[in-house]
Amino acid sequence: MANVKEMKSVLFGPIFANNPIALQILGICSALAVTSKMSNTLVMCIALTAVVACSNLFISIIRNHIPSSVRIIVQMTIIASLVIVVDQVLKAYAYSISKELSVFVGLIITNCIVMGRAEAYAMKSTPFMSLLDGIGNGLGYSIVLLVVGFVRELFGSGSLFDVQILPLASQGGWFEPVGLLLMPPSAFFIIGGFIWVLRTFRTEQVEPKE
Amino acid sequence: MEQYINLFIRAVFIENLALSFFLGMCTFLAVSKKVKTAFGLGVAVIVVLGISVPVNNIIYHNILAPGALDWAGFPDADLSFLKFLTFIGVIAALVQILEMTLDKYVPALYNALGIFLPLITVNCAIFGGVAFMVERDYNFGESVVFGIGSGVGWALAIVALAAVREKLKYADVPDGLRGLGITFISVGLIGLGFMSFSGVSL
Repeated sequence: MANVKEMKSVLFGPIFANNPIALQILGICSALAVTSKMSNTLVMCIALTAVVACSNLFISIIRNHIPSSVRIIVQMTIIASLVIVVDQVLKAYAYSISKELSVFVGLIITNCIVMGRAEAYAMKSTPFMSLLDGIGNGLGYSIVLLVVGFVRELFGSGSLFDVQILPLASQGGWFEPVGLLLMPPSAFFIIGGFIWVLRTFRTEQVEPKE
Repeated sequence: MEQYINLFIRAVFIENLALSFFLGMCTFLAVSKKVKTAFGLGVAVIVVLGISVPVNNIIYHNILAPGALDWAGFPDADLSFLKFLTFIGVIAALVQILEMTLDKYVPALYNALGIFLPLITVNCAIFGGVAFMVERDYNFGESVVFGIGSGVGWALAIVALAAVREKLKYADVPDGLRGLGITFISVGLIGLGFMSFSGVSL
């Protein structure tokens, strides 16, 4: 059984030291488009963390029974089934949010983090450690997404979770919303900035000169 | 006809899969260091999107959509909850078949595209294109145009980014931004450029 220290590093490592988005360029695909509002972002983060944790767990449980020639298909099927479950749950209990997230819930299937963790970690580790690794990577992804969502919603429309924080100039307040932040390209700038800040404090992550 | 041209322009420029929906970002950032490889990948994406969107359109409308199984005697069946599983299977199978066909009949093309094809199976752009097709309820003709158009848009974006990155090698970028950081910011700027097309319609 793994010791506590190792468990900690598996769970918290992916958040800053080995962040899947900032370092491994994984999983940016589907999710940035949903970061213009905090509530959507939060639901997306929970959905992805649930999927990556469960898929890691289940794949790790059956890892010794999967023939390596068809492993990708087996992993795909498990992930796709989990995403269908998440999608149905969202449709049942949070219909309006599931409408706003539209195709992006389905896109969790092709999110490289889920596939990448299944292939790189769950195939060779015990179920419990894989579960922790899944949760850790889900959290690492969530942190980046929540930061982006926070900046975009606060400065783009002056609110957080749909609650008006900064009074808008159009309604008699003082805050002039930054329209650019609601547009897709702004997410790239914010992530670029996030990586810059992260690497200023963790200089070992700086890429060597070509 | 006009409606198809309009849809094509929209898929290429305005609703660009990579720049306004962030689809296919992982491969987009990982394989955009050289214009030549970026171009190869771009062509492969056009081909796969151009085939898989219409094929999935046929499957969805004849098997999965609510009431679609009428022809088989199940008018009440609604299999649409299976769509994710089906699409991903169909895409994987199509890529596999395409790879084998190219290998057998067009070896030259296979050598150029071959290494990119397996990468594409899990590319979010393909799956996203298919999901958008269902979401927006395109008919068969529209799905062909949309598939090819969004593929062209994605290819255009990755070639543009690769060209920018080739020049970036000569720039003196701050330490923390070097590599991934500056790439993100370049993508954002390209995205801003593409936004100037919004509002264009025929």
